This record gives sequence, C-alpha cells and structure tokens, in this order.
Amino acid sequence: MSEVGLEEIEKKVTGESVPSQKAGFLSRIPWSSIGMPAVLILLCIGFGSINPNFWSMMNLTNVSRQISILALISIGQTFAILSGGIDLSVGSLLALVSVVTAQQMLNYGLWAGIAAGILVGAFAGLINGVLIAKARLPAFIATLAMLITARGVALTLSGGLPIDGLPSSFMFLGAGKIGPIPVPAVIAAVALLFANAILKRTRFGRYVYAMGSNEEAAMLSGISVVKNKIMVYVVSGTCAGIAGVVLTSRVISGQPTLGEVQELYAIAAVVIGGGKITGGVGGIWQTLMGVMILGVLANGLNLIQVSSYVQNIVIGVIIVLAVYVDLARERRR
Amino acid sequence: MSEKEVRPFVEMRRIVKHFPGVLALKGVDLDVMPAEVHVLLGENGAGKSTLIKVLSGVYTQDSGEILFEGKPVQIRSPHDAQNLGVSTIYQEFNLVPEMSVAENIFLGREPLFIRQFGILDRGKMFEQAREVLSKFDIHVPPETTVKRLGVAQQQMVEIAKALSLNARVIIMDEPTAVLTSREIDHLFKMIEDFKRRGISIVYISHRLEEVKRIGDRATVLRDGTVVGTVPVATTPIDELIRMMVGRDLKDKFPKTKVEPGEEVLRVENLRREGVLHDVSFHLHRGEILGVSGLVGSKRTEMARAIFGADKIDSGEITVRGKRLEIKSPAQAIDARLALVPEDRKRHGILPNMSVKHNVTLSMLKRLARIGVLNLGKEKESAQGYANSLRIATPNLERWVMYLSGGNQQKAVIAKWLGVDADIFIFDEPTRGIDVGAKVEVYQLMGELVKRGAAILMISSELPEILGMSDRIIVMHEGHIAGEFTREEATQEKILSCALGSTPAQQTDMGVEA
Repeated sequence: MSEVGLEEIEKKVTGESVPSQKAGFLSRIPWSSIGMPAVLILLCIGFGSINPNFWSMMNLTNVSRQISILALISIGQTFAILSGGIDLSVGSLLALVSVVTAQQMLNYGLWAGIAAGILVGAFAGLINGVLIAKARLPAFIATLAMLITARGVALTLSGGLPIDGLPSSFMFLGAGKIGPIPVPAVIAAVALLFANAILKRTRFGRYVYAMGSNEEAAMLSGISVVKNKIMVYVVSGTCAGIAGVVLTSRVISGQPTLGEVQELYAIAAVVIGGGKITGGVGGIWQTLMGVMILGVLANGLNLIQVSSYVQNIVIGVIIVLAVYVDLARERRR
Repeated sequence: MSEKEVRPFVEMRRIVKHFPGVLALKGVDLDVMPAEVHVLLGENGAGKSTLIKVLSGVYTQDSGEILFEGKPVQIRSPHDAQNLGVSTIYQEFNLVPEMSVAENIFLGREPLFIRQFGILDRGKMFEQAREVLSKFDIHVPPETTVKRLGVAQQQMVEIAKALSLNARVIIMDEPTAVLTSREIDHLFKMIEDFKRRGISIVYISHRLEEVKRIGDRATVLRDGTVVGTVPVATTPIDELIRMMVGRDLKDKFPKTKVEPGEEVLRVENLRREGVLHDVSFHLHRGEILGVSGLVGSKRTEMARAIFGADKIDSGEITVRGKRLEIKSPAQAIDARLALVPEDRKRHGILPNMSVKHNVTLSMLKRLARIGVLNLGKEKESAQGYANSLRIATPNLERWVMYLSGGNQQKAVIAKWLGVDADIFIFDEPTRGIDVGAKVEVYQLMGELVKRGAAILMISSELPEILGMSDRIIVMHEGHIAGEFTREEATQEKILSCALGSTPAQQTDMGVEA
C-alpha cells in the first residue's frame, strides 16, 4: 500500500475520532446537554396546546409543589448513583421521618420535631453508609434491607396509625408560599443549588464522581473511599429527612405509609436525566430534568384526563427510551 | 508444493481498524495458506491482537475485506468466524471451571435428545467428546471437571473445542506462555499433526526460538502496518528483530545516567501470608531499580503492599530515613510515593472523567480551601502538567477514555507530578502503548531521576528492564531471588533467576511479554 493512501486513511480516522476539531456545525451542538430540556419543552408545548390550563399560574405552582419531594430525594439518589451505588431506602425513610417528626413535635414542639426528622434520616443514611463502605455490603442489599426495616420501624412506632394534632404553624413548610412560589419548591430549589455547588465545586463532590468512575483508581489516587462513601449515604439520608419533614407538613400528620415506591421514581429521575446507573456520569441539573419530566408528565396526563393507570405505562416507556437513546449515543462515539 | 499455485485459505486485505484516538491497523494484509503455521510477530501495541480479533469476529474492521477460499465474507461475530472455520485459543481460556470437559467442549451446541424440548443427550455428548479427544491424541478424561485440570490440559480442552467445531484455522495467542518445555513439545507435535490434516495455524509468540521451530511464514507488524511477510526458515532471528523494532535498541531506551544519591526507600522483610515472603530491597535517589520476574511472581502485589493498597502482615518500610506505617494509599502519597499501576484501565484512569479531573485528582487538597475548590487554579495546573508531559488531547475536558494508551498513561503520571511525588513505582509502564509513546515515557522517567526522584520499575519485558535499569532485582514466587547491577545483568541470568531453577531448563521458557 502506498504512503499516500495510508496518510489519507490516517487523516480520515483521526478526523472522525476528534469531532470537536473538524466535524460540522451540527455535531458541535452538545446534544447531550440540550436533549432532555428539549424533551421537557416539547412536553410542555404539547400539553399546553391540548389543554391551555396547563400554563395557568395555579397549575404551574401546583406542579412545582408536586415535584418538590421527588426533587429532594432525587438529590440524594444522584449522589448515591454517581458514586457507583444506589439508595433504595429513601421512600421508606420518608415514612420513618414522618412518624418520628410528628411524635417528637407532639412531645417537644415544632423545632424539635423538624430536627428529629432530619436527624433520623441522616442517621439511617449513616447506617447505610457504614454497611456499604465498612462492612462492604452491596449498596443494593444494604439499602434494600433499610427499605424494609425503616418501613417496619415506622409502622411499629406509630402502631400503623396516622399521628394527628400537629401545630398549625407547621403547615407553612408544606402549604405556605413565598410570594407566588410554594415553600416546598423554594426548599427544593435551595437544596438543588447547594447540592450542585457541592458536586461541582468541592473536593467531596469530585470524589463522588471519582468513586463512581473507577473506585479502585480513586483509592489508589489517595481518596478515602470508606469515608466519602459513608458521606454519600448520609447526604442521601439527610435529603430524605428534609423531604420527609416537608411531606409531613403537607399532609399535616405523621404517616407510616408515605413514600411507597418513591425510591424508584427517584432512580428513574436520575437515569432519565442522563445519569449512568453504574456511576460517574450525571449531575444535579440532569436529575432535575428527569424530575421535571416526570412531574410534567404526571400533571399533563392528568389534565388531558389520561388515567393514572395509563400514566404508569407512559412513564415506564419513557425510562426505556431515555436510557436507550443515551446508550445509542454512547455506542456511536 | 509451490505457494503460487495454492490458493490462500484466508486472505485479509487492507484491514483498517481504529479505536478512539488510536489507529490500530492501518491497512493490513494477511494471507493464510492451507496447512501452514503462519506466525504473527510484533511488539506490544503493533496490532497483532487487534488483527486476530478482527479475524475471529471480536472486532469488525472499519474498512478492508476478508476472503475465504477467494470468496468475500462478512465476519460480524465470533459465531460467524466459527461457522467459517476459525477458532481462537486466547491466553485467557474461555472455559467454565465448574463444568466437565465434555460440557465445555460442547458449550452452546450441546447434542440434544429431543431437540424441541432442549433436553440434553449426555450420553451422546460424552461419546462425541471422547471421539474428538482420542482422534487428536489428547489425554484428558471427558468427565473431569475443568477446574481440576492443569493449565496445559485446559489448553488441550480449548483445542479440542476448536477441533470439534471443525476448525480450519486455529488462532493461538501465545500458547506456550503458560507451558513447561515438555508441554510445549507436546503442543508442537499436535500442531504438526494439524498441518497434516490440512488445518492452518495463526501463531502469535514473542519467543523467536520457538517461532523458528514451528513457523512456516511470519508476518511482522509494526505500528499497525505490515513490515513484511517472510519465510521463517531462511530469515535469521536478527532480521526478524530488526523488522519488529525498526530501530536500534539504543534509541529505543533513551537512558539518562544519573549518579545515585542517598537511600530514599528501604523495604525490609515485607511479608504477606501466602503472597510475599521477606521481601527486602533499597532504592536510591536518582536510581531506576528494575524489578523482573515471571507473571505470578507477585511483583504487583509487592508494589501494592508498599503503597498501602493491600495489608501486610509484617515488615518495615523506611522512607527518607523515617520508619513509616503505610496503611493506605493516602498515607503513601503523603510520604511522596506514587504508583503508576499495571492495569491502566482498571486501576489507573478514571475513564469517564475529564483529562483535567484525572490529572488533578490527587492534588485537590492543595487546590481547595475548607473543601471548596479553586476551579481557575485547577485548570491552570492541569494545563501546566498536560503541556509539560505533552498529553495529546483536543482539550482538557475530553474524557480520558478517549485518549490513546500512551496519553492515558501520561495523564496517570501527571497526577503524581502535582503532589511532588519523588519515589515512583512504575508497574509495567509501557504496557499497551505504542512505540513512540514508549520512548516518551522512558524520557520522562529519565527527567524524573535527573530531578532527584527514585524509580522502582516493574516490567515483564526484559529489553525494557535491561535498557532502563541501573540495578535489577528479580522476584520469584513472592521473594527476591537475585540482584544484578546494570553491567552484570544479561537476559539469561535474569531468566534463570526468575525461574528459580537450574540454567538447563531456561532454553524454551521465557518471561511473559
């Protein structure tokens, strides 16, 4: 084969493998970062054109309130999945936090209840983290056990009954508004901003990505995997704690049956947004996209009177599509 | 028999294959005649394994064509290749250890009793297995569980599997690397038998004496191109080496001679139950200490133990005159030790993190105040190290998995420059990177020792050990079996030491490359 032919091949190949340098305008658009926002906007336009009520202030504030809880637990889930793990316990933790919050609030007052709720979430996360990082249980197993246990503790503490009689001042967290914006949405927004800053701008955040990208390499780079993994699950538990307190305020009672399968929606939100289930890839904004797509879907389908049974089918299909598109893109690279 | 009249059984034409950032095959031609042993030669990264993976259906070529008996064929999967009569014996066997020999031979195409119900006909399976085994004189009982077999017998099972598939081409990737000289004799006898039956062998090996014994023709690859195809019998070994290397050994190993300074690392009686036995050595400033040994001689385990990645049972590690208990890589790094691991993909890089984030991972403490990163400063230092090591990447945001092996390795090394490491453990520093990048890694090692660093270099490539080391220690089964100065070391001395055996046995055993 002649030298010229060879050079041509080489040129062609390197040109293909470095698209950012030589490829055309279209491939320079970062599809991965605008894909999901585009889907979200299309959904909004679609629902809005079928039912103009979709765009009403009341509906939009409703949506923001509805997705706040999912957003909060999805933050924790993002940390867990990014680090290469998973947290199946967050749904049950909502119930445990709710029961503990209500009981302590009745005993020791408003702030004690709130603090106890968040602390019990964080503590459950600590147990998850120690089981995973120290005892080296697979995250799936450790948090599955916590899912079952936390539900059991919630039911035991409450005797299986709702706990009523919480002070009306507590309603502000779940039902109040700051200007036009529901308080849960404000709390979720602050938490999202804070979590994003942690992931992108702190050492701990970088270590979360590193552990999920290659745990062994991270360890050999001097990262304390044990310490940072425990932290990850404490973060997730704390998020469940905050979410549980807000949820308790919204239903203004301690409910041992809250939050069933919410952990699965949180996982769905992370992967719909583009997070990789094996870790290392994703982020808060991607997860928020997933949360908003799930929220808008539920709300929009309600507005156009699709039954909640059918909604489940749609959401299932969306999860498959989102992950499939991601995989297909990755294979093409 | 004149080659011109016989049609090649397999023809590969202008095969091109690229991976992100690497052009592995740049238009390679390969003919395999019926009943010939065709040897593929080339250094690591020359493209040999990529080429056989294209032929065996693991990879699909980007362009170029493959002909079988003159007819173009598409090979899109190992299954396609098997149907065409191509079977591959990899270094890592594809056997299910818990299953019997017969079950392994017929895995995936078990003889069925009633086809519709998928019920196995075990009697028939054992009968057919026995048939294949005896036809080719392979003495392995078909009922035996594979995990009870030795390596050589497992290899025979793989070969029986290939034969039962009616293979017409058997690809063997370094088949003798794990065999004793008696077993090698047996394998070669079998290969002669295959030739008589019209089966062709594509044979990959680094051991040129062996190639001389068994090969008919050899195709030499270098940097993804064919240097030439030559008859083995009439080509001297020196000529084969020259074709493989393409330059003098002197240019290949740019050695920077530095006068060794004071002792910076002393390891005494390092012991880990069942793994390391009283490993002791010392390392000086400005010195490259080569660590040679066979695969399985626990060199990587020693490196990990020193670096705090694995626990030790006893032993003393003294760094710059101070005794240290290194219990984690973090502590090792604080003592300014660095490890460039053997298995880059599994232990070195963080594949889906950017070049920047890979480079700065270990130095984040210096780039942060109360845990908050100074992103501007981070980018600046990453850029600095990327420039000084000449990491070839379109930008620092690119995921490190898309870089070539050599540039990935540089990213791993760059990580340690940021923490001022000055005792480096390089474990197989040039494995799987191309020849040009190898030289750059060697130059880099030279620069490091000139700046007063000390290097412990583990390598399975003897030329690398001999070309780069100031002093050489040889490991055998978890202990230090010998030590040589640069001047007194020869390939033969190191080998016999690595084998832990008498020199008589050396001839056809080698250090795994």
